[in-house]
Amino acid sequence: MNSSSMPTPDALRPRDDERLVFDAPASQADRPTHYCPGCHHGIAHRLVAEVLDELNVADRTILVASVGCSAFSYDYFTVDALEAQHGRACAVATGVRRANPGSVVFTYQGDGDMAAIGLAESVHAANRGELITAIFINNTVYGMTGGQMAPTTLIGQKTTTTPEGRHLLGEGGPLRMTELMAGLDGVAYAERCALDSVKHVRAAKKALRNAFEVQLRGLGFGFVELLSGCPTNWHMTPQAANRRISEEMIPVFPLGVTKNLLDK
Amino acid sequence: MSDTVARTLIKGNEAVAFGAVDAGCRCYFGYPITPQNEIPETMSRLLPAVSGHYVQAESEVAAASMLLGACAAGVPSMTSSSGCGISLMQEALSYMNGSMLPAVLVNMARGGPGLGDIGPSQGDYFQAVKGGGHGDHRNIVLAPATAQECYDFMFRAFALAFTYANPVMVLGDAIVGQIKEPVRRTPPADALSPAQLEALAAPWRVEGRGKRGPGAAPRLIKSVYLAEGALAARNRLLQDKYEAMRAEARSLSYNVDDADLVVVAYGSIARAVRSTLRALREQGVAVGLFRPVTLYPFPDEALRALAAARPGRRFLVIEQNLGQMVEDVRLALFGAAGCGAEVLWHGLMPGLLANAQMLEEPVRMALAGKEIRS
Repeated sequence: MNSSSMPTPDALRPRDDERLVFDAPASQADRPTHYCPGCHHGIAHRLVAEVLDELNVADRTILVASVGCSAFSYDYFTVDALEAQHGRACAVATGVRRANPGSVVFTYQGDGDMAAIGLAESVHAANRGELITAIFINNTVYGMTGGQMAPTTLIGQKTTTTPEGRHLLGEGGPLRMTELMAGLDGVAYAERCALDSVKHVRAAKKALRNAFEVQLRGLGFGFVELLSGCPTNWHMTPQAANRRISEEMIPVFPLGVTKNLLDK
Repeated sequence: MSDTVARTLIKGNEAVAFGAVDAGCRCYFGYPITPQNEIPETMSRLLPAVSGHYVQAESEVAAASMLLGACAAGVPSMTSSSGCGISLMQEALSYMNGSMLPAVLVNMARGGPGLGDIGPSQGDYFQAVKGGGHGDHRNIVLAPATAQECYDFMFRAFALAFTYANPVMVLGDAIVGQIKEPVRRTPPADALSPAQLEALAAPWRVEGRGKRGPGAAPRLIKSVYLAEGALAARNRLLQDKYEAMRAEARSLSYNVDDADLVVVAYGSIARAVRSTLRALREQGVAVGLFRPVTLYPFPDEALRALAAARPGRRFLVIEQNLGQMVEDVRLALFGAAGCGAEVLWHGLMPGLLANAQMLEEPVRMALAGKEIRS
């Protein structure tokens, strides 16, 4: 049923005279991805896999995939996984986690999936304090379908369905999911990070670890938003996409922890 | 017949909940809607006592999605709703068919279309037996007529769902759900134990790969098949399964041997028809009842056997809608295999309460070959 390969073939293992200084996480499948050049899903996947390894939970982890570019995220992790309908990942994750209380469950969703069609399912799962971790990729467009307006699209941003740029009145403003989630009593951890620089990537890994930690400690819903680049649908080079994150997105989507019950 | 087993006086909806929990159901996800509220209310009481989970979802969309997740974990789980709520569940229902998951859904149908009313109706027949959602999918559909059957059919629903890894819908209506009758809380003879259900799910459920020992390959449950030919292969697999499910067709017949007219009716309407026919029998009128118990697979072979046993006898479909099951009856009896039997139809409008007296005239007229449509 599953074609995910196990990581690090023997051919790549160090010989006797070599010392291993860098390796792929065991939770990450060793195979090429379908993502575009410069896409940040690859970084996000790797960070999640590293966290699953470090927490030593991969053998009891279940991934609930979404619909969009990350629909096939299950191909890149060596954990049990299932598909959810568009937007319903947090509801599906609720069902899996309730039915299997010893498992570690996470969703991996884009902005269209989580903040548009699945807003109700996401907010209510968070509000119930479901013991799941939701990873939210915000790249301000619908990627898989070709760059249409997302709920997170910036004011003035041109997309295939906002040819004149997004207008606040009539098309709405960029939804700030982390702030929305942090306002819910059931949320134990909420942080917005970005994947545009080494410093931000390191912070993102720490945030992901915390968002799993609250699940493992039974504190409530864990949420991490990752500001990510989509060079293809932004019609930019990967370098320009990184600059856009720091110059245009972060001012609208401020980084940082907005809720953390770990230290309480 | 002596009956020493204690019986409890409960509503059909409560019988559904007791039946489900006794059959091994451990997760319930739902959203309030009349006329089925006793199901979630009873579940919210019963499930915590057996270390199960009751979740009141934010919508029927979410409830059915939670059901998908719990079914993927291989745990006997269910939802229930009515009318517009069942419409909202069709998305997940299609995915659960495509992903081959053993979901159990109860529809205590109300009058439609739209918001309709909260009275009884059989207007959801097409939605239940023809799929309802997108793509080629089939739900096994069981149609209880009594509170006892509400209890018993939940065991059957879970057994069928896990045997075929396919959604099963229990289709009642406001009457079936609200009627209060004595119910024996003993598992039917053909029930599968919770351990048997678990064994059926063990080969495919997602559970965390560590449960299968070190080095176990990860599992994936999905309905998407993009590679060329992959979806065709998946649909062929589903087609073979749907074909195998045909062996589960069930029906009941009453006084059909010498009947010149066989009335075809299911659920609460079959009960009203039975009273009508009993009164007519006492007057010497040769009428019988054929009651489909599974609406999908439709018991067409049993129906054809009835036609062949007494060529020339007529069939009258009585249902509480604008004409839905009559299409399956006509398909079953069409052509030489169906002996060219004449099929008449009488419809009751959704929302009305049927009684034995109001059905006497349409039955008498049908004996003479005349159809009173509604």
